[in-house]
Amino acid sequence: MTVEAKYKTKPLDCWKRAKELVLEHYMNIAKAKEQAKLLVSGCAASCLALPAGLGDFVFMGGEPYGAMVAHDPSFSIQAMEAAEARGYARDMCGYMRNYLGSMFLDKYYFTGGPWPKADFCFGRSFCDAGHASWYRAVHEYEGIPYFCYDEPQGFNWSGSAEQKMEYLAGQLFDGIEWMERVTGRKYDDEKLIEALKNFFRTEALWGEVCLLNAAIPAPLDLKSMLSLMPISMLRRHEKCAVDFMLTLRDEVKDRIANGIAAVATERCRLATNAPPPWSFLKMFRYFEGYGVCFVGTLVYTINSGEVKFLDDGTVVPAVPPEERGWPLMKDRESAVRTLVRWLFEHPFGFHVEWDRYLVSIARHWKVDGMALFLNRGCPLMNTGLQDSKRALQEAGIPATIYEGNFADCRDVDEALIVDRMETFLEGLGVSRLAVS
Amino acid sequence: MGAIEEFEKVIAGRHQYAQEWKQKNGGKVVGWLCTYVPEEIIYAAGMLPVRILGSHETQDVTDAYISTIYCPFCRDVLAQGLKGRYSYLDGIVHARSCVHIRNTFVNWKNHVPIDFTYLMFMPAHVQSPRAKPFLTKEYRDFKEALEVWNGKPISHDALNKAIEVYNTNRRLMKQVYELRKNVNPPITGAEAMKMVIAGQLMDKEEHNRLLRLLIEELPSRRSEREAGPRLMLIGSEMDDIEFVRLVEGLGATFVIDEHCSGTRYFWDEVSPEGDPLAAIAARYIDRIPCPPKDWPERRRLPFILKLAKEYNVQGVLLYQQKFCDPHEFDIPALQQMFKANNIPTLFLEFDVTVPWGQFRTRVEAFLETIALELV
Repeated sequence: MTVEAKYKTKPLDCWKRAKELVLEHYMNIAKAKEQAKLLVSGCAASCLALPAGLGDFVFMGGEPYGAMVAHDPSFSIQAMEAAEARGYARDMCGYMRNYLGSMFLDKYYFTGGPWPKADFCFGRSFCDAGHASWYRAVHEYEGIPYFCYDEPQGFNWSGSAEQKMEYLAGQLFDGIEWMERVTGRKYDDEKLIEALKNFFRTEALWGEVCLLNAAIPAPLDLKSMLSLMPISMLRRHEKCAVDFMLTLRDEVKDRIANGIAAVATERCRLATNAPPPWSFLKMFRYFEGYGVCFVGTLVYTINSGEVKFLDDGTVVPAVPPEERGWPLMKDRESAVRTLVRWLFEHPFGFHVEWDRYLVSIARHWKVDGMALFLNRGCPLMNTGLQDSKRALQEAGIPATIYEGNFADCRDVDEALIVDRMETFLEGLGVSRLAVS
Repeated sequence: MGAIEEFEKVIAGRHQYAQEWKQKNGGKVVGWLCTYVPEEIIYAAGMLPVRILGSHETQDVTDAYISTIYCPFCRDVLAQGLKGRYSYLDGIVHARSCVHIRNTFVNWKNHVPIDFTYLMFMPAHVQSPRAKPFLTKEYRDFKEALEVWNGKPISHDALNKAIEVYNTNRRLMKQVYELRKNVNPPITGAEAMKMVIAGQLMDKEEHNRLLRLLIEELPSRRSEREAGPRLMLIGSEMDDIEFVRLVEGLGATFVIDEHCSGTRYFWDEVSPEGDPLAAIAARYIDRIPCPPKDWPERRRLPFILKLAKEYNVQGVLLYQQKFCDPHEFDIPALQQMFKANNIPTLFLEFDVTVPWGQFRTRVEAFLETIALELV
């Protein structure tokens, strides 16, 4: 028995390549030492291109690792309990507990083998809840060097922008010198410039891909996008990420031109704000039975991606610095300053207007509603959530909030989430599709 | 009325105090949320900086703005604003510390009518050599914003005077704290807490006057109570004086603390230098750090251990505001540190109201453990 399809659909041609790139990255982490590559651990939502000047390196981003582990409750619970046994409270970041727990267990999720000890940690004080302390814990436990720079998420700070950019740039210059000292390697500015070109290009391309989902029917669904996003999140400083994003973008455009849908029964479009409950991704497939296609999440459009939110309420793809007419990167000074400017002007950078972004992207994606995720354990993502819901509703966009935890499956009440969402869909006049 | 009674009066009548100050002085009252706010600059502007505290009452007004995964303190503080208890405030200032209290600031700005708001970018990378020059520039911007709002310049002399007043305040409180090293401290932990919290709510020169009075009173104070086990209170924001009093009522004394309504607030002075803004910036960068600013290397824990030893602490109460991530990160390291130094710890998780029945049992058991250790 099947539900009658409204659109034609087919898997992504580049899906296999996407999976290869992600798995290869996680295997590279395990094999970094034998491949004579530096292994650096830190915040993925950071200037992870910076170690490129040291030569071959692999960046182990804590949040993506924590998310991948969260998708497997049997391992995740072990890791969480290992972290909790050492005194890390249950309400703390789940990504962090999955990561630290794996480290304490000396078990790397992707191989089952020993935990890959990084050569150093390179962190970012991102959320003021614990990112900086997270890698301090790694530094203390593993006895490895640790550098962290200060670049918080923007909350519309008072005072001038220029000195804040200078402060960030200064720390990044210091970070480069620090990396030279702890590794004994000479830093190659050309390699940094190359990595940054890839970084900017990948972010712009991924943002463009996300925005292409405004098409009806949506060529991609959120569950698939959550498997594609890690290529940008983990490897956006590498050429393979640029190449993949170009392929993906072209394929998505082709799907749009040929009316190929991600969800053949699409009749209701929803989007969200935050990372999903990683242990409950099947909820997106479940709601396809209602003809619901989740078309995107704001956070992964602008965290590992970049778009431009214009004053007229529209959202457009971003372009890399050279296409913006910025001075060319020719040395370390210009490279770092270009990076700082990119970060500063980024929608997820110093100046953030979350409610405006949500309304803009909801309209861009032509959603029928927004399902906002109240993620227990991430105070950063929940800032102003209630105001966001009101802003959407005032803009005429139906919105609901469902609660759970992005990385701790024990805090995800699947039945409650389904009930909440079904109630919301009922309010939108959407019921389960008839089966023929 | 003695000094401590005066402190109690200010704490109980904080809103009345601030409004009377306004009427008497004609100046503006500026609320602040975190001890990283450079009060000296606000004071130099002729304004009264007052810490916004919660009321330790259950409430439901903040659920529409801040979800319950945020710390009880930040929700309690916002509740005061939403209920109109701080309607006399002319401005509110926050210096970046943790995301919880920052959420309070954002909601206050968006939903509580107020004339002036300022969100200061206080660096978290305080161990970077870039932090001081950067913060000095941020303070210039802040000073300018206050001047524009107030319609009056803030002079060099006014800043230096404010530094002097605040340094005196810190020195006098440290003098009182020094007396708590005594075998039989002349002041209880609850009284010391009243002293510090009152200082966060009133004019500093007036507070200094009361502190001098207290310092005169204390040597001749004879306490009938047994000091009992010497305890240290460690945590984040802590103004639950009643809880401290109840614990001390079980036969112990808090002789020292490390939290932001205690030593972390006043321990470090400004070292005057040519540029008063640079001097103030240096003080806030170098002060005992709050956990979100204590990296890559730890400075907070060595300070805590030093205090514990200097004050001959026999037991530590780790006070954890529910859901406070930054302080939760330090709990494992604190427990390990005290264990390695043979100082027992008791971990208690707090909300706006305290389940004294259950806590009493745990605290009593803890005190018995300490007594056994001493024997």
